[in-house]
Amino acid sequence: MREISFSTALVEALKEEMRRDERVFVLGEDVGRFGMIYVAKPELWKEFGDERVRDTPISENAIIGFALGAAITGMRPVADIMFCDLLTLAMEQIVNQVAKVRYMFGGKIKVPLVICTSLGGLRLAAAQHSQHLEAWFSHVPGLKVVIPSTPYDAKGLLKTAIRDDNPVIFFEHQQLMPTTGPVPEEEYLIPFGKADIKREGKDITVISYSLMVHKVLRAANELAQQGIETEVIDLRTLNPLDKEAILKSVEKTGRLLIVHQACTTGGFGAEIAAIVAENGFDLLTAPIHRLGALDVPVPYSPVLENFVIPNEQKIAEKILSIVSQ
Amino acid sequence: MQLNNELMIQMYRTMLLIRRFEEKAMELKARQIIPGLLHLYIGEEAVATGMCAALRRDDYISSTHRGHGHCIAKGGDISLMMAELLGREKGYCRGKGGSMHIADIDLGILGANGVVAAGMPISGGAALSIKMRGKDQVVACFFGDGGSNQGAFHESLNMAALWKLPVIYVCENNQYAISVAQSRSCSIRDIYLRKDAYGIEGCMVDGNDVLAVYQAAKETVDRARRGEGPTLIECKTYRWRGHYEGEADRTYTYRTKQEIEGWIDRCPIKRFQKVLLDQGVVSQVGINQIEQEIQSDLQKAMEFAQNCPFPEPQDALKDLYYEE
Repeated sequence: MREISFSTALVEALKEEMRRDERVFVLGEDVGRFGMIYVAKPELWKEFGDERVRDTPISENAIIGFALGAAITGMRPVADIMFCDLLTLAMEQIVNQVAKVRYMFGGKIKVPLVICTSLGGLRLAAAQHSQHLEAWFSHVPGLKVVIPSTPYDAKGLLKTAIRDDNPVIFFEHQQLMPTTGPVPEEEYLIPFGKADIKREGKDITVISYSLMVHKVLRAANELAQQGIETEVIDLRTLNPLDKEAILKSVEKTGRLLIVHQACTTGGFGAEIAAIVAENGFDLLTAPIHRLGALDVPVPYSPVLENFVIPNEQKIAEKILSIVSQ
Repeated sequence: MQLNNELMIQMYRTMLLIRRFEEKAMELKARQIIPGLLHLYIGEEAVATGMCAALRRDDYISSTHRGHGHCIAKGGDISLMMAELLGREKGYCRGKGGSMHIADIDLGILGANGVVAAGMPISGGAALSIKMRGKDQVVACFFGDGGSNQGAFHESLNMAALWKLPVIYVCENNQYAISVAQSRSCSIRDIYLRKDAYGIEGCMVDGNDVLAVYQAAKETVDRARRGEGPTLIECKTYRWRGHYEGEADRTYTYRTKQEIEGWIDRCPIKRFQKVLLDQGVVSQVGINQIEQEIQSDLQKAMEFAQNCPFPEPQDALKDLYYEE
């Protein structure tokens, strides 16, 4: 199978959906001529032009609000917010409007709207361009939350998101953009709410998503040489969440570690830990553990950043400490 | 501007229906039959009426927390509205929205809104959608003097002006953002002048004169339909009641009794009634008949709402996501 990059996979998904349905359009900062969306270069803009690949002013709240207004009146917008850190400027529209209008109006409208945004930092981007804010949005009923880790998943999930008649927030990790992986030429969709077992194992379950999946896999492969068999699960979507896959794996291994790049306190790992504690306490042979970033803003200096964000070594050490308990 | 009698009578009927609906809501709130938060439009009827009279059924509006008047003026069903205010199952939002979230997408009502100025970008998006779909609809976006100080106002006007979108921003300047007078919250006296910051057209009208509002609305709607871009209209008016029903400002902390009474004397409905009678558009008998018809319609709406059951508690879990 051919291999393409994460960003190319996303651009392909957008192109295919824009060709398929003329109601689909993109708006956001620098998405057009400059092609900032998914590092598309001007490729997308060249094919679809100013109307459908629409550069906007730096007005995040209006980008989301305009997308919402278009979504409820017959269009299917994809609104790009360059960094998830900048979602803070659009929280009013995302949280009070986008997520709630269908419910508040008694289910009488559809909101086919995708908000795509990047997260996690390009490394050494410091505290305002490196955050991992997915948990905030999983806390808002009405938003679907998608966070892929591979080019294959990115393409299939983005196409599903664009065809969904509900608001979807789609997180891409900046460091994943240049990474490559197999993606078929022919069309496919990936349903929401289905976790992917990346690696089977019997000793411990490690649940992760986005860039951290790859770090977990590298740590797991390392530990396999010492005879420790780690099961690695990539959630792919946080809402809907594949609770069944989580519990099934814990049933098999009896041990659970959750790894994410977001800071630990109040992170999505806490939700998974709670679900397993509530529904699978008897399955556990060891306490549940979380490994996230330390609870500080992401610092700039490489020495500091490496200390704060989980890496392969820390993940391996954590797994080792749990399985040897 | 010479208007035909039918349109003038229709506007009078709409204004009076809004007034009577709001008076009924006020009474029901006092009797605790309406359980929730309520912001009344009494005194501002000419704005929604004059603006919506210039719109087609397939045009859109976005509304505010003080939204009953906009909804009625755009053709909203008062039975479904009343049922919603009472939290009933057959209400506009099946009891999930209440006063601040009434919407009717088939009538182009994109929703009342509990957040000040939040309808402004949504209106812009509806206007963008119109343009992209190649239609000649327009959007009227209602907001208040308070809303004009939100970032959403400025972001929206800039984008709508930039893209020449068919949207009319209708500022209902009722002079108070909750309790804070416009003179104490706004850097300029006449909000419509903010049009100049975005290079768009705009004007100021007497918001208690329905004919003046209609005339301004007609011109701006026509302009928007011709693809000539957005407009900012400021309608100077006044809120007779408190910010919300139950506001206990008996000691007049933020406005005077004389000020309120002065505006009540300038009632937009009485004023328009006098015009209609003076011009012989309608007789006193006709006026009385309209009143009776409205009372009867309101009675029917009340009966519908009160006979309508509450939703089942489990219905709270429905309507969040669309599922095929």
